[in-house]
Amino acid sequence: MDQVAASVMVDQPTHTITLTVNKITYELKVLPWVTLLDAIREYIELPGTKKGCDHGQCGACTVLVNGKRINSCLTLAVMKNGADITTIEGVAEDGVLHPLQQAFIDHDAFQCGYCTPGQICSAIGLINEGKATTREEIQELMSGNLCRCGAYPNIVAAVQQVNGKL
Amino acid sequence: MNNNTNYIGKPVNRVDGYAKVTGGAKYAADHHARGLCYGVVVSAGIAKGKILHIDTTEAMQLEGVFKIFTHENVSGLAWFNHSYKDMDAPPGKHFRYLQTDTITYSQQPVALVVAETFELARYAASLVKVTYKADAHVTNLTGNLDQARPPKGKKSGFKKPSSRGHFDKAFTAAPVTLDATYFHGAEHHNPMEMHATTVLYYKNGSITVYDKTQGILNTQSYVKSVFGLSGRKVKALSPFVGGAFGSGLRPQYQLFMAVLASLELKRSVKVMLTRQQMFSLGFRPITQQSLSIGSMEDGSLQAIKHEAVSGTSQFEDYVENIVNWSGMLYHCKNVKQSYQLVSLDTYTPLDMRAPGAVTGMFGLECAMDELAYKLNIDPLELRYINYSVEDGSMKKPYSSKALRDCYQQAAERFGWSQRNPEPRSMKNGHLLTGWGMATGMWDAMTVPARAKATFTADGRLTVGSATADIGTGTYTIMTQIAAETLGLPMDNVTFQLGDASLPYAYLEGGSATAASVGTAVQKACMQVRERLLDLAKDIPDSPFKGLSVAQVSFADGMMFMTETPANFIHLKDIMTLTDTGEINVTSTPLPNVFKQMKYAKNTHAAVFVEVQVDEELGAVKVTRVVSAVAAGRILNPKTARSQIMGGIVWGISGALHEESVLDHQFGRFINHNYAEYHIPVNLDINDIDVIFVEEQDDVVNPMGIKGVGEIGQVGVAAAIANAIYHATGKRIRELPITLDKLL
Ligand code: FES
Ligand code: FES
Repeated sequence: MDQVAASVMVDQPTHTITLTVNKITYELKVLPWVTLLDAIREYIELPGTKKGCDHGQCGACTVLVNGKRINSCLTLAVMKNGADITTIEGVAEDGVLHPLQQAFIDHDAFQCGYCTPGQICSAIGLINEGKATTREEIQELMSGNLCRCGAYPNIVAAVQQVNGKL
Repeated sequence: MNNNTNYIGKPVNRVDGYAKVTGGAKYAADHHARGLCYGVVVSAGIAKGKILHIDTTEAMQLEGVFKIFTHENVSGLAWFNHSYKDMDAPPGKHFRYLQTDTITYSQQPVALVVAETFELARYAASLVKVTYKADAHVTNLTGNLDQARPPKGKKSGFKKPSSRGHFDKAFTAAPVTLDATYFHGAEHHNPMEMHATTVLYYKNGSITVYDKTQGILNTQSYVKSVFGLSGRKVKALSPFVGGAFGSGLRPQYQLFMAVLASLELKRSVKVMLTRQQMFSLGFRPITQQSLSIGSMEDGSLQAIKHEAVSGTSQFEDYVENIVNWSGMLYHCKNVKQSYQLVSLDTYTPLDMRAPGAVTGMFGLECAMDELAYKLNIDPLELRYINYSVEDGSMKKPYSSKALRDCYQQAAERFGWSQRNPEPRSMKNGHLLTGWGMATGMWDAMTVPARAKATFTADGRLTVGSATADIGTGTYTIMTQIAAETLGLPMDNVTFQLGDASLPYAYLEGGSATAASVGTAVQKACMQVRERLLDLAKDIPDSPFKGLSVAQVSFADGMMFMTETPANFIHLKDIMTLTDTGEINVTSTPLPNVFKQMKYAKNTHAAVFVEVQVDEELGAVKVTRVVSAVAAGRILNPKTARSQIMGGIVWGISGALHEESVLDHQFGRFINHNYAEYHIPVNLDINDIDVIFVEEQDDVVNPMGIKGVGEIGQVGVAAAIANAIYHATGKRIRELPITLDKLL
């Protein structure tokens, strides 16, 4: 078990929590004000998950918690004590890309790549939900993930290619 | 020869794709170090006035807060204005953060809190109490047009508006005339990655700066000159940039803050701006423009007047080419142009994707549509009638201009010939459909760039230049060029960028990188070719003796005689047989200025859109876009298409969604977050069809590259506004066209 400690003295007790991220269990001492996003990025030091607003408005911070997609910036780390989390770093297994990752590359579903970790995690969540069948449903259910580069049509093409085939 | 190493023009996948889909691409805030601390910026709450007092007592009492930097304790920095000048600075007095008690714009940074954790820094920042004496501010452009004045000084790339002929006489005599005024407010770049800098501090006092920038040399030279550091002490890197669209053309203040704190505290520091603070950076300037066009009954243009007034700050004169396009695009003898500024109490505007053209071509191409209706001529036909084979403002022919093909191919793909010109003619219940078109135009620029190449005995090639890849595909296209030039598999080639120790490249902007850095990369690889040939000649019994580099070709990892390809040698063998470890070259391409001087060099596009307007709700949906682009040689149709598509999404955004709303009472952009600053979401974007009309152009540069970063956006907003008119019969001359304007 990896230990990650943050020692800051404010008038708040730190909490000891465990998070399993990409199959590794971490024990963290965090203050309640640490978001899951910052816990992942700054405490566990997995910077693949991105911050685009810190206010639940962009989806860049999307991770999978127990298989469901959530905005990690809107979630406090302490609320997810014991949870099983997958970030973009854990999507490929043993160096083999997830079909969606390959589809993103093949369809050029990104430009700067900053929204991409969130898009991919969100799309995996969407596929798990099994709700989207049409192009328009995919578009609607991927609309919580902004892409300022405007790669949307390619993102939809990538998701369509993989949707229903997993 | 099989030649499997021809890559230029092929839709190859991005070479950085793997890093980007696995979370391996590290952006400015993705770096860590032992003892890393975090800086949070406190922003001014007024637009103009003085700081009376900054109370940091409470914040400093928290354990783990290291320091709070304010104008009261920051000193010893560069004295002269030119030390604060950067590669994209407009003329004026460049802003010095934390060095004055004067507030010049809302959200001006007034303090930096540095603490052990991000959360603590943010909390401490909330405890910093600033008291101000507020002065009356002016942020309203349209209410202050009487203050308009010509811009002062020069900014690189700015072309003075130029008039010709006799506009007044020709306009008065013209049988058909049009006068129209167009407006758009401010827009902020808002790349997905908020501006961030991580500074790693080393015991010997040197630093490594990971910055979000479009020019890592700009970052390094700014840090050197503001903090008085030698180049050896400042390593500057930006291998990945999470979008920029212009916001990274100038060093932004998180860079200043992170370096300041790191040097003073002798610690590694990370500073990331908040999304709200992204609205304290430069922006596309608020602009009002008027067009007056006079034409004959047959549609031939007689006179064009284009006048624009934009806002700038109180301390710098930001300028862009807004009206110039009206003197270039169409054949017209009498042109009058003017461009003026009003100083407002905001931060200085900043180049934002296709700066000037997005604004000016919106006005011009809407006006052309309005004129078409007055004349009862098809809008596309009106473009053909006034088609120009030369740039009338310089009286020079174009080095290439396939705009006519763009019009034809896009119109055909779109089905334009089926259009009933009558507004409101495509009605289905409460849904109105409209078709509109417009022209796009941008510059084909080359800027200074150098590249180095290293070929090693294991057959690997490493090429580098201090340029950037802000999502544009620089890594990929440079790898393609290098691999093809030396005939190597792309897997054997690595392209490096975003490192200030690499050879010089100008900022990545203006769509100039593919052409400029591409030429440098090709040239460096050509130099490697020459060296390889020279080496090969030294090999005993070499068949290459006496040959010039023009007589040999490179493909599939081999060099061979072009005439008799059976005579070949593996590049690796050249190295081993001559006992050569590596070949190192650096290229400095010089453009053929004499040849180029005779021509105007531009990219063009024709864009056709279909909109659907819900008459009861006022909601607009862009259901279809066809854009045909003439931008010289396309190096990679896959990444180039993404660029154009992104530009079109930006065009839709500017037309329908984006605006930084200024509350003049507070002098502040009030919708400063992603919930209220609207940009398109996935569901807003539908069919986008991109056509590349390739042009052969040996004037712009040896490979005929013109660049595709901006052209996709230019004209899109006009085409949408024109389609909305066709759908609804309503002429909206103010962007964004939100539903309230259509109800
Ligand atoms: S960072 Fe979490 S939604 Fe934007
Ligand atoms: S790829 Fe740049 S924001 Fe989506």
